[in-house]
Amino acid sequence: MAKKEYAFYPGCTSHYRGSASNYLVSVESMCKTLDVKLTEIPDWNCCGASVSYAGSGELARHVINARNFALAERDLPGQDIVATCAACWLNARETKEQLGASAQLLADTNEALKEAGLQYRGESEVRHMVEVLIEDFGYEALGEKVVKPLEGVKFAGYVGCQTNRPFGIAGESFENPMYLDRLVETMGGEALTKYEQKVTCCGGALAVSEPEKSQKQIKDIVESAYDHGADMIVTPCPLCQANVEIYQADVNRKYGTKFNMPVTYYSQLMTVAYGGSAKEAALDGQIIRATKLEEIAAKPAKK
Amino acid sequence: MPGDAGMGDMADLNERALAKYRNDFLREVEERVDEGHWVKMCMQCGVCAGSCPFGPHWEHSPPKIFLMIRAGKREAVLTSDSMWMCTSCYNCVVRCPRKLPITTIMHGLATYAQRLGLAPKVQPTRDFSIIFWENFTRTGRANEMRLMLRLWFKEGFAAGVKKALSMRDLGLAMLRTKRMSPLEILGGHGVKDVKGFQAMIRKAKEIEDRRRGLSG
Repeated sequence: MAKKEYAFYPGCTSHYRGSASNYLVSVESMCKTLDVKLTEIPDWNCCGASVSYAGSGELARHVINARNFALAERDLPGQDIVATCAACWLNARETKEQLGASAQLLADTNEALKEAGLQYRGESEVRHMVEVLIEDFGYEALGEKVVKPLEGVKFAGYVGCQTNRPFGIAGESFENPMYLDRLVETMGGEALTKYEQKVTCCGGALAVSEPEKSQKQIKDIVESAYDHGADMIVTPCPLCQANVEIYQADVNRKYGTKFNMPVTYYSQLMTVAYGGSAKEAALDGQIIRATKLEEIAAKPAKK
Repeated sequence: MPGDAGMGDMADLNERALAKYRNDFLREVEERVDEGHWVKMCMQCGVCAGSCPFGPHWEHSPPKIFLMIRAGKREAVLTSDSMWMCTSCYNCVVRCPRKLPITTIMHGLATYAQRLGLAPKVQPTRDFSIIFWENFTRTGRANEMRLMLRLWFKEGFAAGVKKALSMRDLGLAMLRTKRMSPLEILGGHGVKDVKGFQAMIRKAKEIEDRRRGLSG
């Protein structure tokens, strides 16, 4: 298969030693197997995330996101932009949609961008890594690379909010998207398709500012994974991953639970199933160790 | 508290808004709040209120806020704590039969209230929102270390030390798993063209203020 190339928008949490550095490392390993070349958009900036709204109206937020498009269009023309973070993808896509719908917003955005010597032309698409996997490869092609099926491991597929709403993945429903379960099955794992907290909000940024209210959400998300017999949770979102993993200790203190549920990324599953080491899958980046994945990573490949 | 500089300017902006719009708060929202022109489309079905993960914590649910806007309850809306409860989960947006961009409208109302100096003074998400904005616009990228420290120490040094100590297990775990870099405190990652980045944001604010009649 010919090499596929994309303009990569890693986002702020994915950088070296950021809170989602394990996501970045495993995505890079996964892409190596799939012969995908990711070229970082030179000088990309923060998308504004979900919670920074009080600092500005919508125009400044569109300008911030348009800057990344403008850089990609100038320096990596013809390549789709790929984001791994749900919020990065959502904000960029929202900007692309709004600027496409309003000539005035587009003109205002370009007037502001001129201050940075840039222009938004709306030529590049922005896509989530999951879209690249499903649409540019497809489950069958992804499955062909599996050398270590994740046999006997039960995964609660936690899709969360922003990879799912308001845009979502084409062909999937907002209430019960199936792609994560299908990815798990493609890697040879057991998908707990009845897991009912798959699109529940983890509290997002409010896990920081409203910890008690968010911990109630996180408790539901983890508890249901236990109820369905999950060995671990898997998610496509870095904020979901962080919130659901790192606050389990607080949930335990508050609710008297004994949660110790690993929360992994789809890219970590895929790296292991593709024969990568625990280090390549960044399993050393889990605060709650994903021992079942570590065991498979340590075994020799079947074929 | 963050973002409270220029209280005089805020009060002045509020006075001028009151003089300009008098009792027509709906028009004020339509002209000045992000996606405010959608407000009148709400048909009060209540699906959004029932879909909100933080629904039980909202004093005024989105449909209530939309109705209050139409009823001209300006102060009650802008001083409400409710919009700051939005987690940006977009559940309301995808379920709304009229397709209102409710998340964006809630953010917009919160931002407008903050701009006029009417937002609740003790509101942790308001603080976080402003601190986050200041954090990433400083270098062009969000700096998680500085963000956390600023949040912990916003109530003063003693409270910050206490908070930092209470978080030490988590901090050590993040260090151990290489998901935190103390070196980021020293400045951290950012865009090369910080000057251009900040200039375009200034320009965007200037243009938007002009369009919305908010310029001085």
